[in-house]
Amino acid sequence: MNSLKRKDLLDIQSLSVEEILLICTSAKYFKEIFTRTVKSVPVLRGKTVCTLFYEPSTRTKLSFDLAAKRLSANLINFSVNTSSVVKGESLIDTVHTLEAMKLDYIVMRHAASMAPHFLSRNIQASVINAGDGFHAHPTQALLDTYSIMEMRKDIAGLHIGIIGDIKHSRVARSDIEAFKKLGAKVTLCGPPTLVPDDFSLYGVDISYNLDELLSELDVINLLRIQKERQKGSMFPSLREYHRQFALTEERFRKCKSDVIVMHPGPVNRGIEIDDSVMESDRSIIQEQVTNGVAVRMAIFYLLAGAAPLEDMPEERDTADDDN
Amino acid sequence: MMIIKNGRVIDPASRTDDRLDVRIENDAIADVSRAISARKGDRVIDASGCIVLPGLIDMHVHFREPGREDVETIYSGSKVAAKSGFTTVCTLPNTNPVIDNQALVRFIRLEAEKGPINVFPIATVSKGRKGEEISEMGELINAGAVGFTDDGLPVMSSILMRRALEYSRMFDVPIIAHAEDLELSEEGIMNEGKNSTLLGLKGIPKESEEVMIARDVILTRLTGGRLHVAHVSSGGSVEIIRRAKEDGIRVTCETAPHYFSLTDDAVAEYLSMAKMKPPLRTEEDRRAVVEGLRNGIIDVIATDHAPHSLNEKMQELEYAPFGIIGLETAVPLIITVLVRANGFSFNNAFEKLTVNPARILKFDRGELKPGKAADITIINPDKKIVVNDEFILSKCKNSPFIGMELYGSVEYTLCGGNLVYARA
Repeated sequence: MNSLKRKDLLDIQSLSVEEILLICTSAKYFKEIFTRTVKSVPVLRGKTVCTLFYEPSTRTKLSFDLAAKRLSANLINFSVNTSSVVKGESLIDTVHTLEAMKLDYIVMRHAASMAPHFLSRNIQASVINAGDGFHAHPTQALLDTYSIMEMRKDIAGLHIGIIGDIKHSRVARSDIEAFKKLGAKVTLCGPPTLVPDDFSLYGVDISYNLDELLSELDVINLLRIQKERQKGSMFPSLREYHRQFALTEERFRKCKSDVIVMHPGPVNRGIEIDDSVMESDRSIIQEQVTNGVAVRMAIFYLLAGAAPLEDMPEERDTADDDN
Repeated sequence: MMIIKNGRVIDPASRTDDRLDVRIENDAIADVSRAISARKGDRVIDASGCIVLPGLIDMHVHFREPGREDVETIYSGSKVAAKSGFTTVCTLPNTNPVIDNQALVRFIRLEAEKGPINVFPIATVSKGRKGEEISEMGELINAGAVGFTDDGLPVMSSILMRRALEYSRMFDVPIIAHAEDLELSEEGIMNEGKNSTLLGLKGIPKESEEVMIARDVILTRLTGGRLHVAHVSSGGSVEIIRRAKEDGIRVTCETAPHYFSLTDDAVAEYLSMAKMKPPLRTEEDRRAVVEGLRNGIIDVIATDHAPHSLNEKMQELEYAPFGIIGLETAVPLIITVLVRANGFSFNNAFEKLTVNPARILKFDRGELKPGKAADITIINPDKKIVVNDEFILSKCKNSPFIGMELYGSVEYTLCGGNLVYARA
């Protein structure tokens, strides 16, 4: 199998274990390209990738842009400035416009859950979900999975803690689904207002006490706290949140010596994590960013159903790509 | 003169279920008995294989006029209702402008005269539907209003709800509650639970409905008013209403066909076509609604027919409006889900669309016996229909039931002795 037998990558739920592992294996190959002087391959030559971001994003969009360029794709950006108040063209009209442009891939980020699913049902292009509402962020979960597999061969049997605002996190949902599919034990930790009981349907444990949990964890995945959640009384103050759930230097000392510390970024230093922990050798936060590009290259490649990787020539000249 | 022959007459008011013929003279039922012979010049409708019912009553429809005539009008909605077996409907007042004065109540009745069926307006419970002051109920009743509600919105103010229940006592009309605590609903768009968690969609807890029903039955006990709870969707709500009825509180309630047919599992598949308020709940709630209907805690089935254009519905789930159409799928869902799958008798199923709403609204309708208006619906319960674009006559096709094959075909609808629908 050297391709994903599917049009779209919308969520982790619909991926099989084999597909997840295939993406990770291919990502390893693409990461090796980064050590070459010419960091691109002609996998997507002549194909057009369109990024359609309805929500501001810096790192995810940059990562997709870079992945597409390193695969020699033609890249266009459809940036949409929307607020919840002012909505311009309706999504279905945008979809019709994009369909008429005969694109090959659409990378979509949207504040509304299920928007990429709606898009995919109405367009022939491959749709890659770059994050929808609180629902799913499959490429983040795949890069998190790959990053852990780089450090430990097997995810099965690892105890992974996801700490923070689970309720409003698409990263958490996709991570949970990926880690559980690969056989990890997952514990969610945060205040009950941010870790609803309904999450137990994923077969995870729930804890409200980080101090009791820490010493058991092989992986600690910290989520970004949205400061505006405090206004909805999800927690009383950032100070109290930090006291209860931050990975402080003191707590870090109680962790296993080979613990892996992760964060999808951007990090609120001093809220979720202390500076010194972030900069320790157990933190792979920087490596996650590098891996993100490799994983997204692998996803483009596998959705294209392209030739075996061994036969891939190095890209020499991309100057005439725009024709 | 007209005779309906060879049918199985179902009259829930008298618990009749028998092979009888019906003779109609002018606009009234003249005779219901065995083997009525046709006289010269009589028109005969052969109802072989069909059930013959009092004309159905839907006490909860949104015909969008005035304001959104592009999605439905009183005339177009009335035609859809006739085709769906309904001879009487009540229009809800959340139009633009809202129905909060006599002129608009009269406007609806005037528009309704162009159509084939009876239309009774329900007016707002508060002036401007703002939830601040009670509307001029006496004036509105004189103009033809039959009940009061701010439907689409709850009466959030407890003191306003108390006053409305208290003041309306002198008219003995129901205050119809859209039971929802908007604060608990937050910005939710589907039932809060496993599915909302999986889909990452903001949830509306069933407690948002239940706390308001609890408040309203307590205020009804306090005031001695008459409360009718619209679109009951949760098992907890059925339980609160059961206890209120046992305590002798004057409360009645309705549910809609989608609450006994679907669960929130449908949202992932049908996206915005399965988005309505209150939202589809769990299988446990669905079963509780079926049992509530079976044992009579739920008095009425009403469709909450809520047309929205495809333009509006074909949006991101979070931005699409709440509501689905319901008139045309009502009879097929009742036959398929209640009668066939849950063993309801025709009498038990159809009392919810005939005698029960008639009693709540004090209509002299909903019965099939001599002297009553000749509002009659003839249904073939064994004939299948497919809910597709051709089947749907409504100006809007926002329904999660599209593509489904269901039992129960409306063959004829008579209103006031006129044949207002005959299936082609």
